[in-house]
Amino acid sequence: MITSTINCSLTPDEIQIIRQRLGREPNELEWALIDAEWSEHCSYKSSKAIISQLPSSGDHVLVGPGYDSGVIDIGDGLILTAHIESHNHPSAVDPYGGAATGIGGVVRDILCMGTRPIALLDSLKFGDITKSDHSKWLLKNVVRGIADYGNCIGVPTVAGEIEFDECYERNCLVDVVCVGLGRKDELLLAQATKPGDSIFLIGGSTGRDGIQGATFASRVLAADSDRERSAVQIPDPFTKKMIIEATLEANRAGVMRGCKDLGGGGLATGLSEIADKGETGVDVHLEMIPLREPDMNAIEIMISESQERMLLVAKTGSERELEAIMAKYGVSSSRIGKVTSTRMLTILRAGKSIAQLPTDFLANAPIIQRIAREPKVNPPPGKVMRHENLRQIVISLLSSPTIASKEWVYRQFDHEVGIRTVVKPGQGDAAVLRLPNQKFVAIKSDANSRICDLDPYIGAASVLAECCRNITAVGAKAIALLDHCQFGNPNDEEVFWSFSMAVKGIADLARALHLPCVGGKVSFYNEDEEKHQAIKSSPVITVIGTVEKPDHVTTLNFKHNQETIIAIGKTKPEVHGSEYYCHLGLYGGTPPTLDFQLEGQTQNAVLECIRNGYATACHDCANGGLAVTLAEMAIAGRIGATVDLTRSPMESLGDDELLFSESNSRFILTTRRRDDVLRTFQSFNIPAAAIGVVGGESLNITLQHDKFEFDLSKLHTAYTRSLEMILEPWRK
Amino acid sequence: MKIEAKLVWHNEFKDVYDAVILPGGFSFGDHLRSGIIAAHSPAMEGVRKMAKEGKPVLGICNGFQILIESELLPGSLLRNSSLKFVCKWMDLQVDNVDTAFTCAFERGEKVRMPIAHNEGRFFAEDQLLNNLKVDDRVVMHYPNENPTGTSKGIASISNDEGNVVGMMSHPERASDDLLGGTDGLRVFGSMLEWMR
Repeated sequence: MITSTINCSLTPDEIQIIRQRLGREPNELEWALIDAEWSEHCSYKSSKAIISQLPSSGDHVLVGPGYDSGVIDIGDGLILTAHIESHNHPSAVDPYGGAATGIGGVVRDILCMGTRPIALLDSLKFGDITKSDHSKWLLKNVVRGIADYGNCIGVPTVAGEIEFDECYERNCLVDVVCVGLGRKDELLLAQATKPGDSIFLIGGSTGRDGIQGATFASRVLAADSDRERSAVQIPDPFTKKMIIEATLEANRAGVMRGCKDLGGGGLATGLSEIADKGETGVDVHLEMIPLREPDMNAIEIMISESQERMLLVAKTGSERELEAIMAKYGVSSSRIGKVTSTRMLTILRAGKSIAQLPTDFLANAPIIQRIAREPKVNPPPGKVMRHENLRQIVISLLSSPTIASKEWVYRQFDHEVGIRTVVKPGQGDAAVLRLPNQKFVAIKSDANSRICDLDPYIGAASVLAECCRNITAVGAKAIALLDHCQFGNPNDEEVFWSFSMAVKGIADLARALHLPCVGGKVSFYNEDEEKHQAIKSSPVITVIGTVEKPDHVTTLNFKHNQETIIAIGKTKPEVHGSEYYCHLGLYGGTPPTLDFQLEGQTQNAVLECIRNGYATACHDCANGGLAVTLAEMAIAGRIGATVDLTRSPMESLGDDELLFSESNSRFILTTRRRDDVLRTFQSFNIPAAAIGVVGGESLNITLQHDKFEFDLSKLHTAYTRSLEMILEPWRK
Repeated sequence: MKIEAKLVWHNEFKDVYDAVILPGGFSFGDHLRSGIIAAHSPAMEGVRKMAKEGKPVLGICNGFQILIESELLPGSLLRNSSLKFVCKWMDLQVDNVDTAFTCAFERGEKVRMPIAHNEGRFFAEDQLLNNLKVDDRVVMHYPNENPTGTSKGIASISNDEGNVVGMMSHPERASDDLLGGTDGLRVFGSMLEWMR
């Protein structure tokens, strides 16, 4: 019988399958184990069939999706690991603790592969902070949560992105990416492959915090979700730091067979997954598990998501050594069970079995075939009055929260700890970190919910394209991607259609660019229960690239007088879904087109220019169009420029479109080798043109019917002070 | 620059070193107060002895906080006036070049190094501030922007003998052109020169 003490989210169909497959009535504890493990959050039961179309193999891929993190071989015996996690629901209820524990979780995903976390990125979405104090409160506390946790564990937060839109008012999105570095011969997997090995639970004790966090994440947030604070875990970064060092030392000592992070679904999920992947079984003794509260029952112990805990599988005979290493770091360790050959997860209390379930049954929830239905076509947006004050709009866009400098945020993140960060926040289109083999890794996360909302297929592909352009602009070749699809309730057929189309868009472009997906995540139920309003389709993409030589590392700021400014790629009249239209209050229409082949070739040509040493600065042209791109380069370089936009490659369009169109496949590059650059693009058959020169104290832009001069210091103030003025208006 | 260096675990400190650097970080998670728990760790006995013997002792960031909590340096380091962590490259001016970690600089020289901390607002009563000035124990200060609201822009101080120095700036992060500059390298160069 399903007990009333546990809030079960299994469907009637699933309950029937469970009874059939087991051939008996599970007991209360067993129901709870299945419920946690079969939650959407842990099982991906709605999304598995869709996300399997993402390409996941390639030259550099050592381990693809399905493990705690993807593993990329970067040569010289080195590997990079990468994973993305979200903590949306917890952050909506407790922004500080939710964001902090989100980092804690993704760091463990990197650690349990035997690699050291070397970089964090965050991708955040909030409501309109110019209107909502609630969203301001969320932003401030999410940022503080990330800062306090990431800074304390000594992992730099090196890049990210933030988007503001009213659809996130009650459903903020908090995504964190972690990248790890390790040696190929020290790679660990979350597997218990050898019967007889011991299972250790290390780190924090098990308490009532985070009970049913996985099922909490697999539901829509309700008006009374504030009362679910007990479903949010408590962060403890110092313990995490000790766990990181102790686990890495144990791995180097060779005493471990496998390692598993305890996240969603707690011990129930962790134990059944290591046994299922290792094709073994596990016996676990409840009384060996250290508890924070002595009166916890078996269900609470098994599904608690208390933070800072890891499962280590110790090789037979290495138990003492492992315990000694943990003791050195003051990390508590308990031998809680043993690997068996039964292929069962058996829970014992006082030597007696109180629950026993097959691990492959537990770890593999039945896939749900969901129905997708295409929504009605977007109505076209209203007409623009051609007499808008374009000059003023440039300033307004620069100070709009989504475009404005995120300095207020990244100053709070220690982005240099570990002394690897070569391109720091604000300096380039992506973060660049140095590696021990004299090469560099480039990392960036991107999103654009407005265009994904107009067309999830082109929108999601465009997000991937933009992210790859960001990687290209710093001089790197993209080698892998992570995706995180965040949508509303999958029972809504239109939501599920959008999700399916977004994944298809990512998959199709990834294939065209020969870019494997090494991991990702799906997060549903991002919906406001009161208003029944889902968030806009919000896929977040992270791309990882490598830079071969220090000379190739390229930043975005204008550098020296007289350098030529080159516009690459054609500007088309594509303003639907743009920052410009959003500023005018115009929504709907069709997003900018995306030619997959052209996108790839444009990136290749830019990379060739950089590798040949032609580029002195490079910047992807995206949000806010050419106007914002040029302004950002001038602001970062504290040096002006004079450009004639009518000379840039373009289709027939109005001056507003020339300034603000968000057409894909475009860059701005500066050079002292104008002819070489133009010749390179010609050889790739990519449109490019010299549009002006760097220099002076102002940004001068010539259009077809107009001419603007912007004072550099005014642009600088609009761009760099905006967030601070919104968030801390009392400062000056 | 070749210096034989060793990472030493806090309860395995031995009395065999020529100089010691307490690096940045969040010792004991900054629980209670930054640096206070580490100030009572076994290693600090050895550090205290080295300081007394005149050997170079440098505290960087959390290391500075530990030196203050250990009373090897005076004053206190309070929460930044912005109430926020700040990570930023700062302009610094070297005021005292008679220390183990600045003897390779010129007096009054302008340098750049990054800071990254939450509690770096040096605070001292007027009398102490005056003493620090008169005794020439302010090692560096922020000549332009004061990022934390620290008294008189103070970023680094030393003991009377100049062998114990605490600084909020991170010289190790400013030791490679790839990472933004090499002014910090000269802090370690100074240490070598001092020991010679």
